[in-house]
Amino acid sequence: MTRPTGRLVTIRLEPSHRQQQYAGQHFVVRLTADDGYTATRSYSVASDPDDDLVEICVEKLPDGEVSGYLYDVVEPGDTLEVRGPIGGWFVWDGSCPAVAVGGGTGVVPLVAMLRQAQRLGVTDRLRLAVSGRTAGHIPYVEELRAAGATVALTGAGHRLSADDLRPLADGADLGFVCGSARFAEALSSTLVTVGLPVDHVRVERFGPTG
Amino acid sequence: MSSFTRGFGGRARRERDPRLPPGQYDTGADWPVLTAEVTPHFTLDRWSFTLDGLVDRAKTWTWADIQALPSSDYHGDIHCVTTWSKFDTHFHGISLDVLLDQVTIQPEARFILATSTTGYTTNMGLDDIRGGKAWLAWEFGGKPLPREHGGPIRLLVPHLYFWKSAKWVDRITLLHADEPGFWERNGYHDHGDPWTEQRYQGD
Ligand SMILES: Cc1cc2nc3c(=O)[nH]c(=O)nc-3n(C[C@H](O)[C@H](O)[C@H](O)COP(=O)(O)OP(=O)(O)OC[C@H]3O[C@@H](n4cnc5c(N)ncnc54)[C@H](O)[C@@H]3O)c2cc1C
Repeated sequence: MTRPTGRLVTIRLEPSHRQQQYAGQHFVVRLTADDGYTATRSYSVASDPDDDLVEICVEKLPDGEVSGYLYDVVEPGDTLEVRGPIGGWFVWDGSCPAVAVGGGTGVVPLVAMLRQAQRLGVTDRLRLAVSGRTAGHIPYVEELRAAGATVALTGAGHRLSADDLRPLADGADLGFVCGSARFAEALSSTLVTVGLPVDHVRVERFGPTG
Repeated sequence: MSSFTRGFGGRARRERDPRLPPGQYDTGADWPVLTAEVTPHFTLDRWSFTLDGLVDRAKTWTWADIQALPSSDYHGDIHCVTTWSKFDTHFHGISLDVLLDQVTIQPEARFILATSTTGYTTNMGLDDIRGGKAWLAWEFGGKPLPREHGGPIRLLVPHLYFWKSAKWVDRITLLHADEPGFWERNGYHDHGDPWTEQRYQGD
């Protein structure tokens, strides 16, 4: 476990069973209280599908039930009930040029895509644009910057626009957009505006906090 | 079946609303948007809805055709597999029974595949959309259904998780055998009953 900033925690899990995994998928974490009450949430995988462990990165939300537990209570060596990997749509196998756009923790599945591209030696096929209020709101921001991602900080007045995405989408076969519902809605339309066919854009909208 | 999670007490326990299926929380006034595709634009003057597959003759209705038929309401709760539920929703549209009554269904038809203008598909049993259980809905809370929630018109199957309520639906195909739809091919449960938590394959 590491805490890259005051609100993010990175947890590396060792699943008891391993299944074939694809970059972009998520795991489901289920917590059970001693009276049987359960809380279930999804977390995207940040690690390369070839990694021995499954890495997730969770943002602690104010009053968040599961994110708060994962941030404050979990310790190395604990056992968690997880399901996964889940999802066969928001995935990229590295075989075609792609543009991937993430907001906040929505960058997590894109990090798996990036790490996979690096392992396969096809980083030229993946173009990244990420956004957050400050750099501290973007998990893995240094790793993404180092990989050449466009980093837009809305706190500094930079919102990702068609001008940002047009050069990245040029020549891409697939577009991926991941983040809050509002972010995903806006940026998926922008990808279409800059020329990606609507059925080549895949969207992952993060849960209730949209 | 599952073991307890060390140190997890759960959110301060309040009276659990009996309308809440297991593993769900009340999203209150919010209505989260969850879609895997870009929200499409289409207008009702070019829209049509088709019932085909195992019917004696496929039938297509225009928006004007649908409006000429008796409409009805759904008052009640909806449940999304991503764990939110929304109580006391009010949808207005047309019961699928009205449309199904206008075609002759072949006796071997047992399943359906619903398709959206986007190509999204979802499958269910024919019995899951008959008998007052499913609508084509175009109003929410007395107003036109917002685009991001499937407007101008969507399927509404409130007794199943909401991914079955295909947004922007324009076709229902009656089938002899079950054919998995988009999420059902991508790891979700085939049926999707919120009360028995049929979320993922194998549940
Ligand atoms: C496919 C997918 C992938 C995801 N990947 C990630 C990821 O990589 N990283 C990540 O951090 N998140 C991710 N999420 C979001 C994640 O699943 C959770 O939604 C998030 O962690 C919040 O859960 P929580 O239990 O902490 O918050 P919740 O307890 O659900 O609360 C969220 C917010 O709503 C309020 N709230 C909700 N319910 C109530 C209530 N009953 N009473 C009062 N207040 C309430 C809380 O105040 C809180 O601020 C993903 C979601 C999806 C769908």
